[in-house]
Amino acid sequence: MSMTRREFAQMLGIAGLAGMLPVKGMAASRQPSDLYEVPSFGNVRLLHMTDCHAQLLPVYFREPNVNLGVAGAVGKAPHLVGDKLLQHFGVAPGSIEAHALTCLNYNDAALQYGKVGGFAHLKTLADRLRDSFGREKTLLLDGGDTWQGSGTSYKTRGMDMVRAGNALGVDIMTGHWEFTYNQAEILRNIEAFDGEFLAQNVFITEDAMFSSDTDYLFDDFEGRVFKPYSIRELGGVRIAVIGQAFPRTKIANPARFIPDWTFDIYDNRLQVIVDQVRSEEKVDAVVVLSHNGMDVDLAMASRVSGVDLILGGHTHDGMPAPTVVKNSGGETLVFNAGSNGKFLGTLDLDIRNGKIQDYRYRLIPVFSELIPADASMLALIDDIRTPHLGWLNEELAVADELMFRRGNFNGTFDQVICDALREVGDAQISLSPGFRWGTTVLKGQMINMERVLDQTCLTYPETYVREMKGSELKLIMEDVADNLFNPEPYLQSGGDMVRVGGFDYVCEPGRKIGERISEMTLDNGERIEADKTYKVTGWATVGSQSKGPAIWDVVADYLRDHKEARIDKLNTPVLKGVKGNPGLVDYAAEVIS
Amino acid sequence: MSMNRRSLIKVVAAGGALMGLGLLMPRMAMAAWAKEAFEAKEQNTAIKSLYGDAELTESAEVILDAPDIAENGAVVPVTVSTGMANVESMSIFIENNPSPLAAQFIIPEGTAADVSTRVRMGKTTNVTAVVKADGKLYSATKEVKVTIGGCGG
Repeated sequence: MSMTRREFAQMLGIAGLAGMLPVKGMAASRQPSDLYEVPSFGNVRLLHMTDCHAQLLPVYFREPNVNLGVAGAVGKAPHLVGDKLLQHFGVAPGSIEAHALTCLNYNDAALQYGKVGGFAHLKTLADRLRDSFGREKTLLLDGGDTWQGSGTSYKTRGMDMVRAGNALGVDIMTGHWEFTYNQAEILRNIEAFDGEFLAQNVFITEDAMFSSDTDYLFDDFEGRVFKPYSIRELGGVRIAVIGQAFPRTKIANPARFIPDWTFDIYDNRLQVIVDQVRSEEKVDAVVVLSHNGMDVDLAMASRVSGVDLILGGHTHDGMPAPTVVKNSGGETLVFNAGSNGKFLGTLDLDIRNGKIQDYRYRLIPVFSELIPADASMLALIDDIRTPHLGWLNEELAVADELMFRRGNFNGTFDQVICDALREVGDAQISLSPGFRWGTTVLKGQMINMERVLDQTCLTYPETYVREMKGSELKLIMEDVADNLFNPEPYLQSGGDMVRVGGFDYVCEPGRKIGERISEMTLDNGERIEADKTYKVTGWATVGSQSKGPAIWDVVADYLRDHKEARIDKLNTPVLKGVKGNPGLVDYAAEVIS
Repeated sequence: MSMNRRSLIKVVAAGGALMGLGLLMPRMAMAAWAKEAFEAKEQNTAIKSLYGDAELTESAEVILDAPDIAENGAVVPVTVSTGMANVESMSIFIENNPSPLAAQFIIPEGTAADVSTRVRMGKTTNVTAVVKADGKLYSATKEVKVTIGGCGG
């Protein structure tokens, strides 16, 4: 493991501090004077949160050490990790912001700075930022993935988060995992949401036009399921906010929950809306609230003209500054605001004479120990959680090392899930989806049911155990790798690589589909053969419903049994063709070239 | 709007069905069913069988609308349209399918050259639309990705 001299010095620095000062003393010295004192600028303030994944309480969330960019994306935001990210954005190493934005020295720094997010803390911060600027000139935009990811959102079919979003004062949102409930439940949730739910890119299928009750459609003629955009007057100007839901929802998640709706990116239709709001609605600025994922946002910004700002999410990239994209109409600024309630993007705009003259942006980390909790939100959270506390609080096992998911390949918590699947299902091989949500547990901390649910809680949790040919396994690996590493962003789906248990492989991200995965080898050293059959277990199938127990019960059984969450072997691939890639730091396996 | 989209679509569909019948009858009458082309295993063979040796010219005037990624490979919506004059026929080829020719539409004189259908594709493939207008052949091609799905973040 190579560590640069600076990383080493920095690690010593933090370790030294942590060792010298008592914890309470640290808390006092932690308060950075400028972190939450945001000067007002211009006449409009947009607050942007995204991908909180129903985390009502503060959590730990480690940013990735592997976020590889391929082709044109190498070395560019968001494909930067660790010190490369800090250098790119000019963030001081060892600072509280550096801890928020990177995985560097994560465990120790997390002990030092504490948890992040939590709706009660988010509420205090959002209120402060609204009040200091003027509520009438501020909008709170939520990029989605809000109504899924926790035990309580699962039990209430997302309604707990609708209530929490309402209490937070979300003005406008779009969605992705919001669509993993049944159509009627989604419509009910949207009905209960006080803000506006926007999506320009969700249509009713023509088949459904004939057979279904379509009274709920926003636009019966165009076939739009949801309102595509909203015009808001604030700060003396008119702003259009256009919603862009996750365009691959029916591919990445079960289509069976939403049979009547169809999703895509629809550049052309977006362009029509942008042109229309500019010419007919005479807006001064056009904002797209997007759940495309940042690579798709960047590509879309280059193809569609007339969009001033894209406030994006999905790929969970916490970017402290926007990427400026040139297109035929000028420039579009692309922002992405991280995940899990860890950040609140704060964008102040000076809009005059029909255009954005200037802006100030801060991606404000929400350190829960530095922001007092809002009492009314705390009461609501208590109300939501109380009926489920017995389930959530069951203590299962102690974390033997830092447990996390986020990154292109197996995280440590993924390995625990994969090991649990194999042991409980008595299988040779396990597969676990490369979701980007899932919180972090520090070394030595107790993993309770709630932490397991953070990693696994979705509406299609059933597990399977079945026979699979080596060739089929290879096909799956190649297919998922192509969804991650295809050089064309519109052909990516935004998830990370499927996590594996029981075998290792070599991955060469820069190659074509069919050529990225090689040398698949079982843990016992035996090469996986195309024609041979293997016993494979997994979960979260998007086709038909599997028959096995819910994944969280499988993992909980395993952890109860072992009492300690320990990893004997991390099945993360050997990498080829990525040496020196700034999207890679402290990789746990060999990097050949 | 006195008619909502749903009723409009139903009317159009009914009209389409009638038109389909209209097309069907001359087919039977003329016995022009392009059996050989529809049964061809290779795209080039199918094109040749349908159009002879005439040359295909790629044209931006052939508007081929198909998704970048199929939501469901069993029913991928494909629309072909063109503003060209004197369109005689439009056909759709799915290169990697066992029988690449998926559909041929005969466009009667005075009819808008705008057709939509669903095609099945088992794996990622090129989709090619061929328009015959004024006796010449024009085409557009787009790759449609078919994925097993899942694992979305």
